[in-house]
Order: sequence, then structure tokens, then C-alpha cells
Amino acid sequence: MSSVRRGRAQRSNRPGDLKPPVNGMGDGDARREFEERLRVWEFTTLRDALARHPERRETFVTTSSRPVKRLYTPLDLPEDAAARIGVPGEFPYTRGIHPTMYRGRPWTMRMFAGYGSAEDTNERFKYLIAHGETGLSVAFDMPTLYGYDTDDAEAKGEFGTCGVAVSSLQDMETLFDGIDVGAISTSMTINSPAAIIWGMYLGMAESKGVPWSDLRGTIQNDILKEYQAQKEWIFPPEPSMRLVVDTFEFGSRHVPKWNTISISGYHIREAGATAAQELAFTLANGMEYVRWGIDRGLKVDDFAPRLSFFFNAHNDLLEEVAKYRAARRIWAREMRDTFGARSPRSWVLRFHAQTAGVSLTAQQPEMNIVRTTVQALAAVLGGAQSLHTNSYDEAYQVPNEKAVRIALRTQQILAHESGVATTVDPLGGAYMVEALTDELEEEAYAYFDRIAQLGGVIPAIRKGFFQQEIANSAYRYQREIEDRERTIVGVNDFVVDEQPEVEPLRVTEASYRAQLARLRRTRKMRDARRHERALDRLRKACEGDDNTMPLVLEAIKAKATLGELCDVMREAFGVWEEPLLY
Amino acid sequence: MPKKIRVLIAKPGLDGHDRGAKVIARALRDAGMEVIYTGLRQTPEDIVEAAIQEDVDAIGLSCLSGAHMALFLDVVKLLRKRKAGDIVVAGGGIIPEEDVPRLKKAGIKAVFGPGTPLGEIVAFFEKAAKGA
Amino acid sequence: MPPRTRRALPGIRDLVKGLRAGDKRAAGKLISLIEDDEPEATEALAALHPFTGKAHIVGFTGPPGVGKSSLISRLVREFRERGKRVGVVAVDPTSPYTGGAVLGDRIRMTESGTDPGVFIRSMATRGHAGGLALATFEAVAVLDAMGMDLVFVETVGAGQSEVEIASRAHTTVVVQMPLTGDAVQVLKAGILEIGDVYVVNKVDLGDPESLIANLSFQIAARDGWTPPILKTSAPEGLGLPELADALLRHRDFLETSGLLRTRELSRAREEILENARRLLARQVRDLTSAGKRFEALAGRVVDRAMDPHAAAVAILRDATPKRR
Repeated sequence: MSSVRRGRAQRSNRPGDLKPPVNGMGDGDARREFEERLRVWEFTTLRDALARHPERRETFVTTSSRPVKRLYTPLDLPEDAAARIGVPGEFPYTRGIHPTMYRGRPWTMRMFAGYGSAEDTNERFKYLIAHGETGLSVAFDMPTLYGYDTDDAEAKGEFGTCGVAVSSLQDMETLFDGIDVGAISTSMTINSPAAIIWGMYLGMAESKGVPWSDLRGTIQNDILKEYQAQKEWIFPPEPSMRLVVDTFEFGSRHVPKWNTISISGYHIREAGATAAQELAFTLANGMEYVRWGIDRGLKVDDFAPRLSFFFNAHNDLLEEVAKYRAARRIWAREMRDTFGARSPRSWVLRFHAQTAGVSLTAQQPEMNIVRTTVQALAAVLGGAQSLHTNSYDEAYQVPNEKAVRIALRTQQILAHESGVATTVDPLGGAYMVEALTDELEEEAYAYFDRIAQLGGVIPAIRKGFFQQEIANSAYRYQREIEDRERTIVGVNDFVVDEQPEVEPLRVTEASYRAQLARLRRTRKMRDARRHERALDRLRKACEGDDNTMPLVLEAIKAKATLGELCDVMREAFGVWEEPLLY
Repeated sequence: MPKKIRVLIAKPGLDGHDRGAKVIARALRDAGMEVIYTGLRQTPEDIVEAAIQEDVDAIGLSCLSGAHMALFLDVVKLLRKRKAGDIVVAGGGIIPEEDVPRLKKAGIKAVFGPGTPLGEIVAFFEKAAKGA
Repeated sequence: MPPRTRRALPGIRDLVKGLRAGDKRAAGKLISLIEDDEPEATEALAALHPFTGKAHIVGFTGPPGVGKSSLISRLVREFRERGKRVGVVAVDPTSPYTGGAVLGDRIRMTESGTDPGVFIRSMATRGHAGGLALATFEAVAVLDAMGMDLVFVETVGAGQSEVEIASRAHTTVVVQMPLTGDAVQVLKAGILEIGDVYVVNKVDLGDPESLIANLSFQIAARDGWTPPILKTSAPEGLGLPELADALLRHRDFLETSGLLRTRELSRAREEILENARRLLARQVRDLTSAGKRFEALAGRVVDRAMDPHAAAVAILRDATPKRR
């Protein structure tokens, strides 16, 4: 399927509809006066200070190795700054997507959770809800992520170690036992088999009597970043994109409050990308999904409002805040001007954030609580709609109860004690933040051009462009640490020789057996003919053009397992082989 | 001329987090070694077969999904079965401290957790190639 | 020569015996011996030589990024389906600065990893300039002696690798890919003369027709063989059976035309010369690493008291044992 490339002729620095009011520095005289003032400062006060006490290093850089200036001033704002920055809740949404942001409602505290069997994770869900989380987020184990049942040979040794094992509708029902899915939103981090897992969730809701029109939640379902960074692919790009658009279509008609995709930069960043790369690659992927939706014949305003995003919240607080703001501004502009979306709900970039897993250290792990706090603060100052905070033990394992409670409390303290949620976009107008927002925006567009030159996102994936960029950034970052250019507390400085005390969290043999037993029962207790017919119909749908979702649902109700459904798809779509080394 | 050290860097199982494995592969190359990176989704059989055909001095296994116990031990067992038990095996990734003694007892010569300096890893493989 | 500090080796005879029985560990170790230029390497190669000469050696050359590895991977599978045993020697460049290398061809061949009828060895050029390693064709000999029906050699693709491979392989496959965009595709000098089979790969990514036209226009029949130009696309398996057929056809042609013997003789000449060069270089190295005479000669060359040729003659005089 060819991807239709829309021109970006309207790309410009114009923010849009707002008429630029005169801002403080916009006035020529005031600007010149300040310039003069600054020059004098440089040649007197600053120079004297440097002579007495030179700076610690020659250049200071962010976590992404971006050089930062000594001082940002009103001169770093463009002449039309007020218009570019705008007001929250209005195009281009630089300051936030709602006029009231957290004054209306704090961000959703959504803790990624999952390990062992459905029962184990159900318990963890209830624990988190009892302690105040306001949204659910499901982590699946490796076999599930790759479309294998727990008893598949490929699943050996991998049951439940990094997430919950879900092989069937029955597992899904056990996972949400005693939870009112009509009253709480659920995010599921699942990609290649997302349509199937979503189908199981929908089937589970049905069996609980919750109408689909009430269901709120998200499936990650972002296959493009799998090829680029997370590597949990099954099928090749084109059939995978087809499945994604099937979910857009199905969701817009039958599950209107559901986000059928979470276009993710988190994993791209974790794999080693810089903030600019995270921003650019995520939005480029997002635009690719929009193109495919439009190519299918969907009206952009019918599906765009349910596209959501997922960004990393990394160490460099100010750069991160700038990144989120640039993301909102770019997306709003592209949706309105390039894709012609008319509804403001299509222009609005809503995002979930997760603090940077890759920054967690195995050394002095309690310090991770501090890191997570700073990173969470960045996400909040950046206007995230939903947030997960990592636990301090995650350099060793999936979090234990004590650790995850601390992580949740971190969010609650930020929300209720830090004061940053009392006003909208508190850092708006800060010279550095606005300057970095502009810088990141510019860099993102440069990447969009590069990607276009390579033929678009999918050709660029095939050429290994993203993978190479990411690997290069990762290597540079590591070299900076090795060369002591970059300090990681406890790792290359402030080191102590002590054994960290982390209470282990284990997946038990009993959980494994329970899961296998449930799987066996599912297979035994089903109507074999109905099951076979359903799989057959799904196969035909995959080979044809029909939307696969209804057939997926039918097969799930016939008690087909995840592995069986994915096998049908593997047969029909083929299997992806990564083309390049890096 | 000092002999070239050949190392296999492998990702057993389904875990797709390859940032560390790739960074280490480059670091070993920068230290003058010949590195064969197997890519993702390798079974223990794939890894042992590659190690034998490439006649490597050592294998580095990376796993961040918690499945290290089963997978790393399978590699060691298979190496012994194929009479290649002299190939040194090291592991890295997300591994609880409690698991390290058991891994070592089973034949994993070293476990490199997050934050291990590259220099330490390079030194290990240099030593492994000489001493084994 | 520094004493061997690595793990103890079984004797050469045991290794060769194991190799002939299909033991992959023996194959791996023999190749390492040869790569490392161990003293036993000569003995090993001599022991293997009688068992070589059966495998069809196919060299693959072409610019980096053209998809040689993926193509070879598919071709291996194609030949496996035809019941043939296949060996692969894949060469990647050694960094001139660090002396290290990341050998990245095997990663594309993972499907064949545990297939008992396949053996894949990754090799670094270790400073050799041509795009092949010095030990490449000796590793091929090991796989030949092991009983492989075909041995594929994949070059780095830069430098003069085409010429090297053409002089040592039975069949040389030149792999190209169409450029995207309007640029006129300039074909590297030399490749139009050395290929026995031309492949235009990645046809799914660009328009191959102008490249194919270009090639057809410039490629001439040689010794009675007209090199076919084939279209392939590795991910879809397009053109692979045809490529396999072409390779088999070329082999048949070499045999029936008598050209095989001609090429084998040419190979033998190359190999003898190569061995002679190495023997000589070793002798010179042995002498010169002992130091003083060499240093003195070098000084004289710099002082313009002597030219480099005369210095070499002087060293070789010392190297050659006096006749009795």
C-alpha cells in the first residue's frame, strides 16, 4: 500500500489565528535597550565573575547532549512570542490542551502493572486502586506481546516475568475480576497483537454487561515504533498498519471513548534517542497513521480525536517540558493545516508520560525515587494527561508492593503538596523553556524533511534510518558516561561499595500451573467446530479487505487463544525479519 | 601480533531491548575485538551453534525481561553437551542480585548489571580470551 | 612467535577427521587456526587439500547496502530445499583504527543457524585491503573439505574485492540495486567484466529497468557465456529460484566447456603465489622483527644511502639459506 504524502507547504512559523499583540520585547526600542544592557553585563559583571571563578566546564549540555546557554533572556523569544505561545485550550495548545488543566482535574495516575498470572496482576490492580491510582495500565509478558500462548515452545522461561500472561478471554476476565471497567479507564501496552487483546477486553466487558460505549481506555497499538525501537513485531509493516486502521475504524464506530492508539516516543527514547529524535520520530509516525486512516477512506475528524500519544519523561526537566510543548504545537498545526482536520478535538495532542526507565540505576537504588520525582515533575510541568512513575527497584525486577506505592505517592505529593498543579503551564513564558520549545520544533521539522527524502516512514524503517540514528545516540551517550563527561550519581561518581537491599518479587510455579490449567480448560471446553469455523473466517478476512475486528471478536468468543489467532495472522500476513544490523 | 579476540553477543528469548547489547558490541569492537552480534530472538540452540561455528572465545548474553534464569542456564548446558564448555559465558541485563550466585554456580562467569562500566566489560572479555 | 596462550587444541589429524565426519566444532577450530596463522595451519591445509575441489564456490560482490547478506540468506534456503549443503564465509571490514570489527552478516541468516546442512562463518578483513580476508579462501577450503556442495563468499563490497573474488571463485555474482530518484547510475569500473551472473536486487524499492538496460548494453559474452541479468527482491523471495538455476547453469557450463579446469588452474596459480608471498613475508618479518639489521637498513634508506628495493634485496639475501 503506498502511503500518500501530503505536502507540508503550509509549514511556517505562523502560529495560526491569533493576532500578535505587542509583547514586552516586541517593541523595537525596549529590545535594543536590553541588548545593550546585556552586552554591558557580559563585558563587566560576567567577565569579572569568570575571571575570579571560571565555570565548571566549557559547554553545558542536556541529557540529549544539546548545548545550553549560560543565560536565556527576553531576547531569546521571537518577536511574535505571545502569539506562538498562545493560551491553553486553544490552537496551537502550546500551553496545554485545556484552559484549566489540573485545576479542573489532576492528571490520571496510571501505574503500569503486571506480572505472573491474571490472578497475581488482578491483586496488584486492586492494591493500586486502593492506594489512589485513577487509571489502570496493563503490562503483558513477553510471550503475550509476541502473540504466543503460555504453553508455546517460544514462551519457555518467559511466563509472567515482565508482565501478565494473557492467552485467552478467560485470562482477561480473571484479570479484571471485581473491577468495574465501566468506571475506570484501562491502558494496555500491547502492539503487534493489539487488535486481539483489545478484542478480549471488549469480550470481557460484554460478559460483565458493560456497554462498549461506556468503555474508556487505550491500546498502544503503535507498530511503527516497534520496528524502530521496541522490536516487538510479528508481521511486516503493511499488514500491521492495516490492522491498526481496522481498529481506528472499529473504534470510531463502536467504542467511541477508546483511544485506539498511543503513538509512542517513550521506547524510542529508551532505546537511546535524543529528545529531538523522540519528538520527531513520534510525530512522524503519528502523521503516517493519519495518512493511512485517510487512505482507508476515513474522515480525519472521525478518528483523529482518538489518537493519543505517549512520551518519555527524562532527566532534563526543562528540555522535557519544551519537548511536550513543541509536540502539542507541531501536532496542532499539522492536523489543522496539512491534514485539514476541522474539529479542534483532532488538533489536540493528548499524552501519557512515563518516567525514564533507562535512567534507573542498580547502584544505590533508593536514589531512583529522586530521579523519578524530578522526571515526574517534568511531565506535570509539561502538561501530561496521564502519568506513570517508575519504582526504585526496577533496575532489578518488576516492582514490589512497597516500591510501587512509593512511586504512586510521588505523584500524589506532586499533585497535592508541590503547588505546581495550582496554575496552568507555570513555566510558560520562561525564556529558556520557550527558546528550547522553538529549537525542538525546528529540529523536528528538519527530521521530517529527512524522512520525506528517504521516501517516508516505512521506507526509512526498511533502510534502517531510525535504528541507526538511535544506536548512534545511544553509543554517544554511553561514551559520555565512560569518559566522565556526564555524571551518573552512584555509577561513575559518588559510588559506594554496598549491596543494595531489594526485596525480590518472584513469579511462582503455582501461578504458572494455574495459567496452564486455565489454558487447557479453555481449549477443552470449547465447541471445536465453532472454533475452527471462526478461525477460518478470520483467515479469509485477513487475506481479503474486510475489517478484521468483527472476525477477531467472533473467534475470541469461540474461545480461540491469542496464539491461535496470531498463527492465523502469521500465515496470512507473513513474519517480519529485521533487515539491518543497526 | 596478538591474537584477535572473538566474542558472540546474543539476545536469547523474546526480549527486544537491544540498546545495551549494541553498545557493548561497539565497545568491544573499539577495543580491537571481532564481535558477532546475533540479533534478537535467538534460542539457546541458535546461540550455541553460532558460538561453535564462529569459534568464539566468549559469549555475552543480554536479557532484560526476567527470563534470564532459564535461558542463560540452557546456553551453558548446551555448550557443555556440544563439548564447547570452554567457551566463557557472561550475562547482563535486568537480573536481581539474588539470582547472581545461582547463575555463577551454573557456569555464568560474570554478571554485568546496569551501570557496569564498559571498561570493566572489555577487560573481562580480554581476560576470558587469554585465560580460558 | 609468542607461545599459544589459548585453550589446548586437539591434534590436526583429529580435527580433520572430525571435519570430514561433519563436526562443526572441528570446522570452526580449523578456520580459526588458519585465520590466526598458527603454525599448524599449514599442516591443516595440506591435510585438507586432497578433499577439496568438489564444492561450487560462488563469490558475491557489490556495493555496501545492496542486500548481499539477505540475498545469500534466501539463496541458502533455496539450495537447502533442493537438498544441497551450503557453507557461507561472510567478510566484514576491520576498523583500521581499533583493529576490531562488528561482523554483521550472520544476523541476517538466523533461519539457517541451526540447520545441520549449513555452516556460516563471519570473518574480518584484519587489515587486508581487498575486501576479503587473507584467510577467506582457505576457510572456503575447510568447508569444501567438510562436504559442502556450495560455498558462498560474501565480500565487503568496497575496494577491489571484485577482482580478488573473481580470481578465486568459480562463479562471481555481481549484486546491484536500482538508485531511487533521477540520478544516472554510474557502474564501477571493472564490475562489468568480472561477473558471471548479474543481480539487480531490491527491485521492490526502486525502478530496476534503466539499470537492467544499462547492464545489458554493456555486458558482453565472455568465453562463450553470456552473463544473465536477474531481478531479485529478497524479502519476497522474488527471483531466488531463477538465481539458483543460473548458478547451477554456470557450473554446468564451466564443466562442459572445460573452462572449469582453466579457472582451477588459474586459482591454483594464485594460491601458490599467495602462499609464496606469505612465506616470504613471514621470513622477512622474522628477520626484521629481530631488529637491528632492519633498522639499520631503514636508516640508510631515509638517508638516501640506499633505495628501498636494494634494502629488500639485502634482507632477502639474508633470508634465503645459502645453497650447498
